Amino acid sequence: MPKTGAQILLECLVREGVDALFGYPGGAIIDIYDQLPNYPLKHILVRHEQGAVHMADGYARASGKVGCALVTSGPGATNAVTGIANAYLDSIPLVVITGQVPTPLIGNDAFQEVDIVGITRPCTKHNFLVKDLESLPLIIRRAFHLARTGRPGPVLVDVPKDIQQKKMAFKFPSDKAVAMRSYNPTVQPNKQQLKKAVELLLGAKRPIIYAGGGIISSNAADPLAWLARTLQIPVTATLMGLGCFPGEDPLFLGMLGMHGTYAANMAITHSDVMLAVGARFDDRVTGKLATFAPHAKIVHVDIDPTSIRKNVRVDVPVVADCRLALEGLKEIVEARLTEKDWAGAHSPWLGQCKEWATLHPLTWKENGGIKPQYVVDAIYRLSKGQAIIATEVGQNQMWAAQFYKYNTPRTLLTSGGLGTMGFGLPAAIGAQIAFPDRLVVDVAGDGSIQMNIQELITAVCNKLPVKVVILNNGYLGMVRQWQELFYAKNYCGTCMDAQPDFVALARAYGAVGLRATTKDEVEPVLEEAFRTPNTVIVDVRVEREENVYPMIPAGASLTEMLLV
Amino acid sequence: MRHVLSVLVENEPGVLSRISGLFSGRGFNIETLNVGPTLEEGVSVMTITTTGDDQIIEQIIKQLRKLVTVIKVVDLTELTSVELEMMLLKVHAEDSKKAEIFRLLDVFRCKIVDVGQDDIIVETTGDHDKLRALVTLLQRYGIKEMARTGAVALKRSLQLD
Repeated sequence: MPKTGAQILLECLVREGVDALFGYPGGAIIDIYDQLPNYPLKHILVRHEQGAVHMADGYARASGKVGCALVTSGPGATNAVTGIANAYLDSIPLVVITGQVPTPLIGNDAFQEVDIVGITRPCTKHNFLVKDLESLPLIIRRAFHLARTGRPGPVLVDVPKDIQQKKMAFKFPSDKAVAMRSYNPTVQPNKQQLKKAVELLLGAKRPIIYAGGGIISSNAADPLAWLARTLQIPVTATLMGLGCFPGEDPLFLGMLGMHGTYAANMAITHSDVMLAVGARFDDRVTGKLATFAPHAKIVHVDIDPTSIRKNVRVDVPVVADCRLALEGLKEIVEARLTEKDWAGAHSPWLGQCKEWATLHPLTWKENGGIKPQYVVDAIYRLSKGQAIIATEVGQNQMWAAQFYKYNTPRTLLTSGGLGTMGFGLPAAIGAQIAFPDRLVVDVAGDGSIQMNIQELITAVCNKLPVKVVILNNGYLGMVRQWQELFYAKNYCGTCMDAQPDFVALARAYGAVGLRATTKDEVEPVLEEAFRTPNTVIVDVRVEREENVYPMIPAGASLTEMLLV
Repeated sequence: MRHVLSVLVENEPGVLSRISGLFSGRGFNIETLNVGPTLEEGVSVMTITTTGDDQIIEQIIKQLRKLVTVIKVVDLTELTSVELEMMLLKVHAEDSKKAEIFRLLDVFRCKIVDVGQDDIIVETTGDHDKLRALVTLLQRYGIKEMARTGAVALKRSLQLD
C-alpha cells in the first residue's frame, strides 16, 4: 500500500528508535502532525521552537540516544537555530525535522519560507533538503547515522509540504544503502600511536589526564577510571567532561580552566605528560596558549581529526573513538603491569596535587546572606549526588560545576560551547522525559531563566516534576562580575532588580512556587521542593554581589588565578 | 605559503557554498577556486589555491575532509603536478603598438581571440608565474579587463623527486 511522505517519515523515526518528539506545529509541517497520532511517538508540545531543540538536546545528553525535534518552516525553523548551534558546539546527536514550503514555491519568497538549509550549514554536522519523495527514507536514515556516529552532532532535514503529501510504496533502506563513501570516521586507534602514548605515560613523573565531553559521548568512563586508578594519575575534567570520572574520587582534581580549581590548573601547568581525551583545548580551558602546560608532552585522543593540533602542539595524536582508544591503552598497560610499581612512582606528584588542593580548595565565605555556593552544596547533599543537574548559563552554571560532585556520566547537562542562556529549563524537561522517575534540577539564574521561562507550562502540562532553583541575585551576574573586575564597576545593562515575582509566576503556570530569603530557609525549602511531585520553582534570594572564584581573566595564564 | 588543493566532491546543490562557507566562516583565505566535472558522473573536482602556514593548511585540509559531501582532498603542493590556469585579457592596443604587442604575445604563446578598434582580447594558458609575468608586461600598454579561471591541476603519474 502506498504511503504518504508524512507517514514514511514518521515510520522511519520509529524504526530509528525515536520515542519522543519535541515540537511545534505550523502550516508547512501540518501533514506530519496529521499522522503523528498513528505512531508510537510521544509528542511534547513546546511553547517556542528553541525550547523544542534544547529539550531534544537535554534528552540526548541524559539518555545517550539521538534527540529529535519537529518544527515548521520559516520562523519555526529560525527559532530552532540557537538550539541547533548549541548542540553543534557540544557535539550532541540530534535530528531536527523542519517543514518547508512546497517545492514549486521554493525560492519564491513564499509565506513562511526561509532557506534553513543555507542558514544552518555552518552550525549542523550536515543538513538535507528533501527534493523528491523517493530520497526521503534514505535521507532520514543517513541523518540518524550522521548524528550518532563519528563526532556526534545535529543534522537537519528540511521536508517540503508537497513531499509530505505525495504517496509511494515504502521500503526501509538497508544498512548497506546508508553507507556514504565520503563519510568514514576513523574509530579504531592506531596501535603504534597507542604504544607511544603508553611509553610516555609510564615514563612520566607528573602525568595528568585532561578529560572532556568525548568520554561521555563515547561511553568511555570505565576504561578511563581503570587507567587513572591503575596508574594513579590525577584527573581533571572540562565543564563538558564533568561526570566522566567520579567527582568524589581522591584522584579527581576538579574542573580546569577559567573557573577551574587551583589544584587542576597548577597540575596542568606542572605536568610532564598530559593525556587529553575527548577534549578540544577550548580557550576557556587553556587560557593563554603560550603558557598552557609548558612542560608537558601531549597525547591527544579525539575522534575528530580537526580537533588535533587546532590549538596546541601534540606529541602523540590518536584519532579514534575515545572508548576504543582507552580500551586499547588499557590492554597495553595491562601487559606491562608487573614490570614495576607504576602507581607508586606517582606518589610524590599526587602528594603535590593534594597540597595544592588543600592550599586553595573550592570554598566560600559565610556571612549574613545566602551564598549561592551553599545552595548548590545543599542541592548536592539533599539529592545525595543522585540528581540530574541542568544549568542555565553564567555564574549559576559555574557554581553548579564547582560545588556539585558528579559521580556518573550524563548527570550534568550544560551549554558548554555556545553558552546559551535559556538552555537549562528545556534541557531539564528533555531529561525528565527520558527519566521520569529521577530527580532533575535546573540550577538557574534570574536572568537566564527568563529566556525560556515559557517552557514552564510544557513541564506542568506533561506532569514533569522538574525543579528549578533560581540563584536570584538580581543581576546578570557573570557579566556584572566582569564589569566589577575589569570594567571599573560600570554595571551597565546588568542590573535586573525589576523582576517578576517568581513564586507567583510559578503558581500562574500551575507549578509550585517556593522562596528562601534566609540561609535557614534554604534546606527546608529544597527538601520540600524535592518531595513535591510537581514542577517547582524555588526562588532563592542569594547574596547579590557574590563572585565565582577562582577566576582566570580572559587570555591570561592558568597560573594567574584570582582566588577567593 | 601557497598551496593547491584538489578536492573531490559529490556534485549536489549547495556543495560549493559548503566549501566556500567553510573558508569564510573559519577565516581561511581562498585565492582561486575552480569547479568542474570529473569522468565520474555526480562527482566534481574543485581546485582551490590558498595561502597559510603549515598549521592553517593542515586545518583547512582536515576541515574539508570533515565535510560530508567531500570525498577526497589532496594537497598537490606536496606532489609533482601540472597546474594551469586560463586567462583572458583585454589589452589596450593602438595601431602604433600592435606589432610590438603581437611579438610579445608570440613569445608567450598567447592567442589573440578578438581585435577591436584600439584593443585586443588575448587568451592564454599557463602556470601562476607565467600569467603573472604576462600581466606585468602588458600593464604598460594598459589592461582594460581581465577574467581568469583559477588554477586547475592534476597530479603527475610519475612522481620523480
